Amino acid sequence: MSLAELSALPLETTASILGVNADTALEHRLQALGFRVGKQISVIRKAWLGGPLHVRIGTTEVIMRRCDARSIQVQPN
Amino acid sequence: MANSINCNKCNSDGSPLLDVTSTAGLKQIAVLGMPNTGKSTFFNRLTGANASVGNWPGITVDLMAAKIKLGQQETQVVDLPGIYDLRGFSEDEEVVRKFLESNPVHLVIIILNAAQLDRQISLALQIKHIGLPALLLLNMADEAPKFGVQIEPESIARHLEMPVVQMSAKYGQGYAQARNSIVAQLGRQSEPMLAGKIDKNLVTDAEFATEMGALLQDGFHVSAEFKETITTKIDRVLLHPVFGLPIFFGLMYLMFQMVYTIGKPLQDGLNSGVEWFKTAAVEPALSFLPKFPHDLLIDGLYGGMATVAAFLPVIWIFFICMAIVEDSGYLSRSAYLMDAFMERLGLDGRSFVMSLMGFGCNVPAIMGLRVMRSPALRLLSMLVIPFSLCSARLNVFIFMTTALFNANVAPLVLFSLYLFSFAAAILTAFIFKGKYPNQEPLILELPPYRFPTVRQMLLRAWSETKHFLRFSWRFIIFGVVAIWLCNNLPTNVEPASAGTISGEIGRALQPILGPIGINPKLSVALIFGFIAKEIVLGGLAVIYATKQDAGLAGAIAKEIDWVQAYSFMLFTLLYVPCLSTVAVIKAESKSIKFAVMGVLWSLVLAWSASFIFYQGARLLGF
Repeated sequence: MSLAELSALPLETTASILGVNADTALEHRLQALGFRVGKQISVIRKAWLGGPLHVRIGTTEVIMRRCDARSIQVQPN
Repeated sequence: MANSINCNKCNSDGSPLLDVTSTAGLKQIAVLGMPNTGKSTFFNRLTGANASVGNWPGITVDLMAAKIKLGQQETQVVDLPGIYDLRGFSEDEEVVRKFLESNPVHLVIIILNAAQLDRQISLALQIKHIGLPALLLLNMADEAPKFGVQIEPESIARHLEMPVVQMSAKYGQGYAQARNSIVAQLGRQSEPMLAGKIDKNLVTDAEFATEMGALLQDGFHVSAEFKETITTKIDRVLLHPVFGLPIFFGLMYLMFQMVYTIGKPLQDGLNSGVEWFKTAAVEPALSFLPKFPHDLLIDGLYGGMATVAAFLPVIWIFFICMAIVEDSGYLSRSAYLMDAFMERLGLDGRSFVMSLMGFGCNVPAIMGLRVMRSPALRLLSMLVIPFSLCSARLNVFIFMTTALFNANVAPLVLFSLYLFSFAAAILTAFIFKGKYPNQEPLILELPPYRFPTVRQMLLRAWSETKHFLRFSWRFIIFGVVAIWLCNNLPTNVEPASAGTISGEIGRALQPILGPIGINPKLSVALIFGFIAKEIVLGGLAVIYATKQDAGLAGAIAKEIDWVQAYSFMLFTLLYVPCLSTVAVIKAESKSIKFAVMGVLWSLVLAWSASFIFYQGARLLGF
């Protein structure tokens, strides 16, 4: 599989982060939560009815909305 | 997040302000850390939970601070808000930046979660670049091995050019060493230092990433394959797509059931104690007074206050439960479960978490909305939160449900009020979401499941109970005495009869409150309930005690039936939140117009709901 947005990454597939396309505020927050280029990331679960994604990055777990996850480009391993 | 909205960090309750001007000879320490790292637990351990609020140059919010002796040195320790990034745009991040730029310190204690050092180390690196004297505490060191994390403090210390100590603030391992390190570090720094313009001193992202990479390569090792933790297993159940929500509502129901089951006997016990003290000590001591001041003091002041004081056990137990829910990490999970729904209401999972906090007290919940950047999202949440059934309203409802319903039905009645509370919030969001559209991103950390220590629970319950007392005592005394006076003036008519002030007010309001089944006596309690919901109950005690001796519960049960009582509770649930909530809404929205609009909306909604219920029930023959 070629590069994709995090929101489209299948469950339990590890990918590495290629880049983050967000405004500065969101980019800073994402960096502080561990979203940096080259980091390994996977989607553990997706809430029903278009709800948030549960994402694991390193030892950190976060929830984020699918629309926000679209700003993160990943390359599945 | 939980900690940043804890109301013991504000001084709106009139608690003593720390004098921060007389700092001569005092060494200054600032405690800095990311959210969910146990920063406040460490702060409480270091300062012995003796902190008070104070304000500082350059910033507009109050921070917790304590004066303690470290080694031979008198020191002032300030607890800064938990932040992710010194460059951040949130209000908390702005506060920390301004604090460090305007207040010279001898030492910055940085607290990070050892298991998540791979990302959190960025905050320590930023402090290094700013050039402030610092010390890094790797907290929750007991959790790190569970994630397969190994740390070499010496390498990290070399890269950061500051001492690094591993510890557990919660259980105390490594604490003594951490404290010694702090004392030693403080001894070396004779002059306080100020951060220059912070944005100017930070390096570019690329340089930063390189430096961070090198540090982590040397000092932070994590086993390649993911280790399944207990948290992963619990999440599989609690975040289950089908069972997640029912479990969530079930847990909430259990929690309130527990408050009810444990709280009620304690409340009864306290009540009889207070009653005994009145007969044994207060009445004999005041027997020399003429009838009017005697009754004012005993029936008005003592009677009303005693009724309210009897609710301290409930508040105490409620916040023990809240401490468990908050510290467990389940609150952010509930945001995950509810976000799909909240998004459709124009809100997000955080609004839901704050509304849940509002079930304790609306005031800190509304203050907690500062974590959101979008003003529209904050305003919409501010309209919704006041419908959260806060502990003050809970007191009224516990009392009335016990007085008017049998023990089997009472918890169900109470639960139905919670459902109405949700319904009102949902309806409000739905109606107003078009007026306050927003595109705020939602990104929340899910910390591992933790259980608070008994000490943490007691500390939380105690500080909330104290806060409740401080915050509401003045209101309550004023309200209860005012109600008593309204019931007993003028003196030439029978107390609480139609001829008294309250009789007049009640009658004047009958055209409005009559159709919802609220009699003149209850009307008076409602009017004063605008000041604080606690007064509703104290007020009822005063109103009814003037004519009855059989106890308030019996007195009320004799005069109104359950339909009236439920209509009264519905109105109490939905109408104007207390004066403090209105004051906070005005302060946070910076708009009187908005606060007034919120008040009017709640009155309209309360009256409509009660009207439909009361008239409907009567039509059905109840």
